[in-house]
Order: sequence, then C-alpha cells, then structure tokens
Amino acid sequence: MELRLATHKRFSAFSLDLDLVIQGESCGIFGPSGSGKSTLVSLVSGLLKPDRGSILLDGMPLFDSGSRIDVAPDRRRIGIVFQQPSLFPHLSVRGNLLYGLKRCAPEHRRIDLESLVRVLQLESLLDRGVNNLSGGEKQRVAIGRAVLSNPRLLLMDEPLSALDDHLRFQIISHLKAVCGEFHIPFLFISHSMLEMRLMTEQVIALAGGRVTAQTTTEHLARERMGLSPVGYINLLRLAGMRIEGGASVYRWEGGELVLPRGEQEASGGLFELSSKDIILFKRHPEAISARNLLACTVVSLFESGSRTGVELAVGQGRLIAEIVPAAAQDLDIVPGSQLYAAIKASAFRKLAMAGPVG
Amino acid sequence: MPAFSSAEYSAILLSLKVSLAATVVSLPFGFLAAYLLSYGRFRGKLALDVLVNLPLTLPPVVIGYLLLILLGRHGWLGKTLASLGVSVLFTWKAAVIATAVVGFPLMVRAIRVGMEAIDPRLIQASRALGAGPVDCLLTVILPLSIRGLVAGSVLMFARGLGEFGATIIVAGNIPGVTQTIPLAIYDYASSPGGDPMALALCLVSIILSVAVLLIHEQLGRRMARLD
Repeated sequence: MELRLATHKRFSAFSLDLDLVIQGESCGIFGPSGSGKSTLVSLVSGLLKPDRGSILLDGMPLFDSGSRIDVAPDRRRIGIVFQQPSLFPHLSVRGNLLYGLKRCAPEHRRIDLESLVRVLQLESLLDRGVNNLSGGEKQRVAIGRAVLSNPRLLLMDEPLSALDDHLRFQIISHLKAVCGEFHIPFLFISHSMLEMRLMTEQVIALAGGRVTAQTTTEHLARERMGLSPVGYINLLRLAGMRIEGGASVYRWEGGELVLPRGEQEASGGLFELSSKDIILFKRHPEAISARNLLACTVVSLFESGSRTGVELAVGQGRLIAEIVPAAAQDLDIVPGSQLYAAIKASAFRKLAMAGPVG
Repeated sequence: MPAFSSAEYSAILLSLKVSLAATVVSLPFGFLAAYLLSYGRFRGKLALDVLVNLPLTLPPVVIGYLLLILLGRHGWLGKTLASLGVSVLFTWKAAVIATAVVGFPLMVRAIRVGMEAIDPRLIQASRALGAGPVDCLLTVILPLSIRGLVAGSVLMFARGLGEFGATIIVAGNIPGVTQTIPLAIYDYASSPGGDPMALALCLVSIILSVAVLLIHEQLGRRMARLD
C-alpha cells in the first residue's frame, strides 16, 4: 500500500493540513481527540471533500482538485470500521456481511464468506438479527462486513473505543487475524498508545490538524512516556505458569517472574507492566518486599518530558523503566551499568487477548 | 338513525376511494421530497421546503382556486391534459389532486421525522461498502423509513377524509360523482330537515377516523415489536 496525501480542509474553528506518504502494510494514526484523525478517515474514504490537494492510493488518484478528480466513496474500495458497529438494523448478520461483497466487482473478490466467518468465528451468529448481539459480537460483524467488501485499504476509526477492556483485546486479536490472513493493508486510528503498539509498527502522530511525527510506535511510546500518566507500558509475553509458594510463577525471556495468584491466572499470555512500577537499585538490596528482583544491564537512556527512560536488558528480555534525571545522576546510570530492577508481583496486568499477538 | 340511500353510500365510498388514491399517488413523491429535504444539498432547497409546506398554512379554498386555474382549460396543466384528451376538473380525479396537495405537507413531515432519525453512519457505511446514492436510498434509507412512511400515509389518509375547501372548488359537489362525506354533510346541513342525515354522516366520519387511528396505533406497536 502506498497512500499519498497532500490536502487542505478548513472548518470554522479548525483546519487540517496534511502532507504525508504512508507505505507498508499498516500504519497507525495517533492523536488526541480533535487532532483531525477522524477527518483524515473521512477525506481518504471520500465521505468528506478536501478544499484542495490530492489523495493517491497506489498511484491512483482518489481526489485531485487540480484535475477535478473526486472518486465517489462507493468506487474507492476503501473499507471503514467505525467506533460504533453501525450495522444495518433491518438486515440479519448474514445480510450485513454480504452487503459489501454483493457490491464488489467479481474480479476483485478474493475473500469469501466461508473463510471470513471461520477467521472471525461468526458461524453461530449468521442467521441472527443484529439487534440482539452483544457489543463485541456487533463489532466483529462490522469488521467482517468491511473486510468482505474486499477493500484495497481498511480504515479503522477508533474501532475499540466503545468496548470495555476485556473485549478490546479480544477484538484486537480478531483484527490482527483477519488483516494478516487476508493481507489487507490498514490504517488504525486511535488515541490509545497501547492499542497502537499492539496493532502496528509505524505511526503518524497528529495534533491540532498537523502531522507532528511519522515514526515507529515503539519510538513514539518512549517519547510519550514522560507525558503519559501511565508511563511506558512494557508488554511481556509470559508462559508456563506454575504455582509455587502461594504465587504464580511464569517463564519470561528475561527469566522467571512472580505474580500473585488471582483472577487473572492463566497458563500464559500477554501482560502489561508500567515503567513507573519498576524500581532500580545500584546494588543488590538485601531485604525487599517486591517479589521480583532482576539483574539487568542498561542498554540506553532517553529523555521524555521531565523523566529519563532506562532501557534494560534482562536476559533475552527488554524492559523500560523510568526515573527522574537526578536519580540517573545520583546512581551514575550510563549504558552498560549493572543494576537490579525490583517489580512488585501485583504490578503486572493481564491483557485479555485470545491467540498470538505481536 | 335514518336509512342511507345510494347517494350517501356512494359519498362514503368516494371519500375512502379519493383519500386512498391521494395517499397512494403521493407516497413516492412524498418520499422523494422528504429525501431531498433531509439529505439533499442543492440550491433552492429552502424554496422547495416552503413550497412543500405551503398548503399547511394556506386556506384550502386558496389551494382549490389555484388548482382550478392550473387545471382549467386555459391553465398550462389543463391545456396539456386536454391535448391528451383527459379532463380532470369536476371529476373524482380532481378531488384526488386537491386532497393530495392539501395533505402532502403532513405526509412529508412524517416521513422526514423518520428519515432524519436514521444514523448517518449507516448511510456512510453503505456508501463505503460500495453502494451508490440510489442503491443506498433503496437498500438503507427506504427500509429504515418504513415507520415514517406508514405514519405519513395514515396521517394523509385521515386528513383526506375531511378534505372540503379545495375539493368543492375543483371537483364541485355532484352527488354520486364528486360528493364526498364532508360535501354531503354540507348539503344536508344547509337544507331544511337535513339534520338527521347530516348527523348520521358525522357519525360515519367519526367511526372512520377512530378506525384509522386504531389501525395506526396497532401498526406502530407491531413495528416497535419488530425492532
């Protein structure tokens, strides 16, 4: 996919000026509400017309004010998944799913109903009406409907914002499965850094209707660490759970981690850990209540707002911890320093994700 | 209660026939007007809005008189129709036209209320899924406007049963030909000894109106259950 945008759109209290090229199979559009993310979706899909400029998808003009080209939304072959499922209430699940497929020219059809239903696990819902589905089921059908229209590009406009945390991560795995299986390029629009990192590797940051950065999600996440109230979220894949001494012990690439026993118990999965929940020690602390004490080496340091991020190598694993710059000086932390990282057992939080991610 | 003669029965039947015909004929135009006013972006939208709603505030007699001029032998519509060998004035067809024009704003308003309640995301979704504007109109907007269409039709039908002012001018008051219930009541009320018959026809009017309202209520409930 190659999407080139050079557009200007003015509203009464806001103007959106974009000049960017997006290449690759996926890209995130990140920004706070009011930054112009949804307007970008409307411009690319043709639901909104730029005042001037051009939009090219894979070299084909979708809009060009110079040569008066404005391809109608129904001819752009760009699928959209909205924040709300927006299913047609007068059609069954099957009717909704087939709506786009029926309107797709035969030569463009490469995804069929059967394989889509299999990937999204919609078998049992097919003949139901859409009004009695749960929120997560509705969004799955909405994703399926957009994918089945066999789009050249899929736009996902905050598709997870209306769902609770538990469902969010389930839907992410469905999204990844469906886009991976059918090789659909997508733009993922979100104001959640975590969602962004789970979905895509490159990202465009918007603020006030302007592009402020085009970078990797990892880099953006580090850059935003000091600004975010939750810090940087480390994503850890844990496996091989066993019970030991009243706690759950998991295998991680950086060694073993101890988590409390409780409702989030599972044989393994993806866990989050905030950079704020890691305490660094220069020497081995003899007595400490935190259950996880990991020997680690500093890989790099970076500045983010009023904080200093410390990238740590723990065995094969990587962790980001944050400290105040003064602490970095006091402890004389430089790349190569040997440190101990202490993490409370309760600092880990399981992401309720089905299937493999990442 | 006095016994109805064939003239009264034909007035009752004619009222139903005229109202029904006016409703059926108006339905596609009403839907189109509601669509243009709800979703159209064009010059003269305000003018169309005013034109559609004008019969609501104009005296029916004025509408009748304007229709009389328009459909008359020298009116531009009358001339066209005459060249096709069709004469409309003082036939039941004129009553249908008068009823349709007078009831049209009510119908359009009811359809619009239903149409504007449709989530705009559904329309955007249908366009993004490959439906052109007409496709979207027929497969999303029309089925989701059914409630409004039913409400508008019932309203117009009920209003049509009572149409008087415009009808008497373009269709006259010819018993057995263009005399509807209100016109018959008018005749009886203004002739000596006609009171019992006028009252009996009033009763018929009331029964019909109540029946229409009950049917409307029932349909509304059934549709609410389907949602």
